[in-house]
Amino acid sequence: MTNYLIRRVGQMVLTLFLIVTLTFFLVQAQPGDYATFYSLNPDIPAEAREQIKASFGLDKPLWQQYLVHMKNTFTGNFGISFGHYPRPVLEVLAERLPRTVVLFLSATAVSFYVGFFLGKAIAWRRGGVLEYAATISGATLFTAFTPAFALMMIWIFAFKLGWLPVGKFLDPLIWRGAEVSANHVFSYMLATAAVFIVFAFLTLLAARKLGRLGAGRTPFLVIAAGAAVVPMAWAFTGVGYLALDILRHMILPIATLTLISFAGTMLLTRNSMLETMREDYVMAARAKGLPEKVVRDRHAARNALLPVITSLVYSLIFAIDGSVIIEAVFSWPGTGMTLLEAVRSEDLPLVMGSIVFIGLFSLLAHVIVDVLYVYLDPRIRYQ
Amino acid sequence: MNTHQPHQPPVAGEGSSLFGDAPEINLSRGRLDLALVRLRLAWRTLRGGWSIFVESRIGLLSLAIIGLFALMAFSHPILMATVWERDVYDPVTGYAFDSFEHPASPSWRHPLGTDSLGRDILSQLLFSAKSEFILGITAALVTVGIATTVGAVAAYYGGLVDSLLMRLADLIIALPGISLLIVLSALFNLNLFYLALIIGVLGGFGGTAIILKSQALSIRVKPYIEAARAAGGSHFHVIFVHIIPNLLPLSLLYMMFTVTGAIFAEAVLSFLGLLDIRMSWGIMIHTANVGGYLLSGANYWWLVIPAGASITLLCSAFYLVGRALDEVVNPRLRRHDG
Repeated sequence: MTNYLIRRVGQMVLTLFLIVTLTFFLVQAQPGDYATFYSLNPDIPAEAREQIKASFGLDKPLWQQYLVHMKNTFTGNFGISFGHYPRPVLEVLAERLPRTVVLFLSATAVSFYVGFFLGKAIAWRRGGVLEYAATISGATLFTAFTPAFALMMIWIFAFKLGWLPVGKFLDPLIWRGAEVSANHVFSYMLATAAVFIVFAFLTLLAARKLGRLGAGRTPFLVIAAGAAVVPMAWAFTGVGYLALDILRHMILPIATLTLISFAGTMLLTRNSMLETMREDYVMAARAKGLPEKVVRDRHAARNALLPVITSLVYSLIFAIDGSVIIEAVFSWPGTGMTLLEAVRSEDLPLVMGSIVFIGLFSLLAHVIVDVLYVYLDPRIRYQ
Repeated sequence: MNTHQPHQPPVAGEGSSLFGDAPEINLSRGRLDLALVRLRLAWRTLRGGWSIFVESRIGLLSLAIIGLFALMAFSHPILMATVWERDVYDPVTGYAFDSFEHPASPSWRHPLGTDSLGRDILSQLLFSAKSEFILGITAALVTVGIATTVGAVAAYYGGLVDSLLMRLADLIIALPGISLLIVLSALFNLNLFYLALIIGVLGGFGGTAIILKSQALSIRVKPYIEAARAAGGSHFHVIFVHIIPNLLPLSLLYMMFTVTGAIFAEAVLSFLGLLDIRMSWGIMIHTANVGGYLLSGANYWWLVIPAGASITLLCSAFYLVGRALDEVVNPRLRRHDG
């Protein structure tokens, strides 16, 4: 198992290396370079142009530039953003990465759960109304034109009904008198979420260890109590209303991303379930007289889960790309929108930095899926 | 793949005797017979596949939708040549002189109204259908051409070739496609053809290659491959005459998914205003967005809904046809065995 994981992480580093190489040569292949940006002005004398080129290192041979670029990238030096001058690229991205991560993680978790649940239900009752309804609506959402769909969501929930804000990360009117920065509040929100997830996980673990004592509703009541403590704790800090504002802005993008990405998991689960349901052990479980629900959830669905996890890689990429589009439409200032802004203003260092970060992000997601797979498939675990 | 008949090892000239024909007929006649038998086999396979395909009503409906869009694509040049004047109805440079305000609401002369620049929406819609088909089909052909070759070669040779090609595929899967295309559009001037090519190459060396390779692996161990080798067929001959034709049903399936991906990617990039394309559904929505008409909701529905619905409908139609084909080529998903 350790070997397997080491191999996967090794592959990941290699892939990252290739992504950086690819972006470097793509930038080299385009007409012009960094220096032409500044030196195309006819008023600049030739010597000054040479000086600018030298200061960018563009007078050196290509392989030296490549080595310097590699060294810089892997030591975290992505240069200085043209558009956000004089802030370094890394600083801009570090500010925006958590927002993307939150958007992506919560949408993926919810859509995976919903997709898996619906997928196993429609496979179990093949040919029902539910199957047609879920397949058609799922496929429509899955292939819906994401920007148009996102705009429709904004129009319905923000514009017509007025329940939620139209876009962006926060409401400047609420934040005008605030003495803390948005990132500060946001990082505390992240910490709260992390603590809560660990708490819920530990509760469930303890419930399982306790056996009969932990059975039934008790663990869920404990978790609900924990969930009730969180808003009270935030109310004490005095910045609770600011956190609430960010939270309100988060709802619509997350819901949209969830809606467009759950169908992939659902349709896959359905296919995988259909194959598993023909296995002998499912018939054996039925023959033992187990209740239908147990046969479905513990015997069929548990084994149908493995191929779904393997294909989760595809849906992860789908969700990452989806989050770029969602961020663009909702003006959600994460890495995706940073990439788009940088592309539009030809801020090359920021473009390269963002694509490396997005690549790194998708690779990390891969590794997490691998770990999950090892955890779920005992055949790999005990190799 | 029991729906697909494996090709007979071609023993040229002796083909006629294989099927019990009179042995005295000459070589060209034998080839003709062989071709006829193959045609009949292919026809039977096709009919069998069709009867399974028809069972899924969603697939049939989607096929009808694709047909409708194809009709739209064909109708545009005909309409332009007959009833539509070029200076009014041209999708890019036309201007509807008959209205003083643009966007004008739907009227008898402009069934879907005009956009903020006074151009006829229906004309744009029909014109774009053609470019979407060109884009989707080019991308799909490139993908499938590369992926079947890569899959067959990797499965046939194995070893170093296999691991190199598959690592490359792993790498490409890990790349977020839309983000990469956004970056490419910043660096280069992407038009429809280059976009189709890039999507095709990424798809062809990526996920599709892996799936086709696993299929090719199961074909590689079939006895007729060994027979072809024993009869003196070269590696090239075995790969292109015996393995790749048997991969085609599955390739067709992945062509459908590629078309969906290509149309979607084009629409997103056009919507963000990053492509060098004259007119497309994405650009129509982009125009409406730039003019600030998107959040006006139902007041200017004809600016957004026809284009948005077309993208969604065509993408999901190709996707659902792909899924229906999946039931044809993958016997384990079928309702009844057979």
